[in-house]
Amino acid sequence: MYREIVHSKWFGLVAGIFVVLFILPLFAPRFYVYILALIYVTALLAMSLNMVVGHGGLFQFHHGVFYGVGAYTVALMLTKTKLPVVVGFIAGPIVAAIVGLIIGWFCVRLTRLYFGMLQISLGSLIWAIVFRWYGFTGGDDGIHGIPMPSLISSLNSSYYFILIILVVCLIAMYMILKSPFGSTLQAIRDNPQRCEAVGINVRRYQLGGIVVATFFAGVAGGLFVVLERSVFADLLFWTLSLEIFIMCLLGGWFTFAGPVLGAAMTVALRTFVGKYTEYWTLILGVILILVIFFLPEGVMGYFQEIFKPRTKEGIERGQPINAAGGSNR
Amino acid sequence: MLQVEAIDKSFEDFMAVNGATLTVGKGEIVAVIGPNGAGKTTLFNLITGALKRDKGRIIFKGEDISELPPYQICKKGIARSYQIVNIFPRLTVFGNVQVAALSHQKRSSNLFRPAQNIAVEETRRILESVGLLDKERSIAGSLSHGDQKILEIAIALGNEPELLILDEPTAGMSPEETSATMELVRRLAQMRGLTILFCEHDMDIVFSVAQSIMVMHQGRTLVQGKPEEVRKNPIVQEAYLGVE
Repeated sequence: MYREIVHSKWFGLVAGIFVVLFILPLFAPRFYVYILALIYVTALLAMSLNMVVGHGGLFQFHHGVFYGVGAYTVALMLTKTKLPVVVGFIAGPIVAAIVGLIIGWFCVRLTRLYFGMLQISLGSLIWAIVFRWYGFTGGDDGIHGIPMPSLISSLNSSYYFILIILVVCLIAMYMILKSPFGSTLQAIRDNPQRCEAVGINVRRYQLGGIVVATFFAGVAGGLFVVLERSVFADLLFWTLSLEIFIMCLLGGWFTFAGPVLGAAMTVALRTFVGKYTEYWTLILGVILILVIFFLPEGVMGYFQEIFKPRTKEGIERGQPINAAGGSNR
Repeated sequence: MLQVEAIDKSFEDFMAVNGATLTVGKGEIVAVIGPNGAGKTTLFNLITGALKRDKGRIIFKGEDISELPPYQICKKGIARSYQIVNIFPRLTVFGNVQVAALSHQKRSSNLFRPAQNIAVEETRRILESVGLLDKERSIAGSLSHGDQKILEIAIALGNEPELLILDEPTAGMSPEETSATMELVRRLAQMRGLTILFCEHDMDIVFSVAQSIMVMHQGRTLVQGKPEEVRKNPIVQEAYLGVE
């Protein structure tokens, strides 16, 4: 695996990008450092969604809930318990994955749209609990001023923390997608019926995919707390889930790094266009329509199409079409 | 090896399979013939668990498998191919067969080892035996129809089945491809000691390849026997062969 990553033709480019991102806070204004960190958190969330949507073919319509559960778990552990901070950060993803397991257990019994509708309902239930339970979650006030250990309390240090966790998670996700589990998940996306016929318990693998994806959503939730030091019920609201769905669509379902690009585009639009008009989603909508019409494989999918080897058989053995790896252009 | 006993399956008012029986002995090549709509594909779907039977029993190696889901039936040693191409179009040819091989080796749930180093030998051996090794890196969806039908069989072989069920393996193929495919099926049966159950419209093929033939008509089994017995059977001649 290690050799494969290092020898991949994208490795130099990706490594270069990360080096630039690492030295950026040394001279970039604080505002841009913050926006970049926010993009990382959002990108990780979108990537985790794409594991089940783009690579698993599941209608994971309410992924934001697991992000919110991860964030709230970390926030509550840090504010209400005396446990070490590390425990809080580990608990976030685990609790998110457990909630993913429970909701997923019901959802995988249904297919496609019904799966999505049930998930929206169950997810909204959790949102309603968080939104109303003032005594525990702070209700619609949320939780603010969450204390952070001094190591990651400044903006720059939290930037580095988020970037490092992002890189670790990206490598882990890449490995998972290239593993037998990942190939099986993609085979199920392509043809669940045939998978059953070759001895694969489709529901079990779909559920496994959901647990993995919700785990990473929980990691993203924890990173959000590091960056913002606050949580609020909107993190679990369905509009956020829709937004990350759009990020995957913009970047490209079937690519590995597409959602990163989609997240960057969306966050940048919200920040820079949102400054001038509250109707920035209008522009997002227009871009989305253009992408759907002209780049149906998403922006990253389009780039991969351009740069892929010209031979008919230039695709790596045992890998899906989109194998090119994680470039961030 | 496989006994289908008086099996029924109806869709609303239509009896697709109506008391069909079938016996497949170990190492045999058995053909199911019958006009369109006789219930051949439905019968195969019942055996492989894709559909649940209404009545009757399906016994495989002495065990009743009629209540099992498809993936468990596959694990018992039954693999199938489909009449209409049913592959993983976005995966490579290699990837298509590997999915089955991984599943067979119970290694599908491995999370952190790269898949490209697992079950490579087995997968390539299968691709070689069906003649698709030179196309292993192609995207399955881009293959010709004939090659996709061969890939169908290759995927089924990935599970190293004891009983291989082929639903019209040569549907849509040219005459040359058809004879090459049947030759391949015969060779595979010999090489791997496979038991094969297939259905096919071309009577020349059926009578030259099959050791036992079951004739289906309107969901019922008319007769099952050796090719020459079936050919001489007056009911069969009237119901089916005469019409051809």
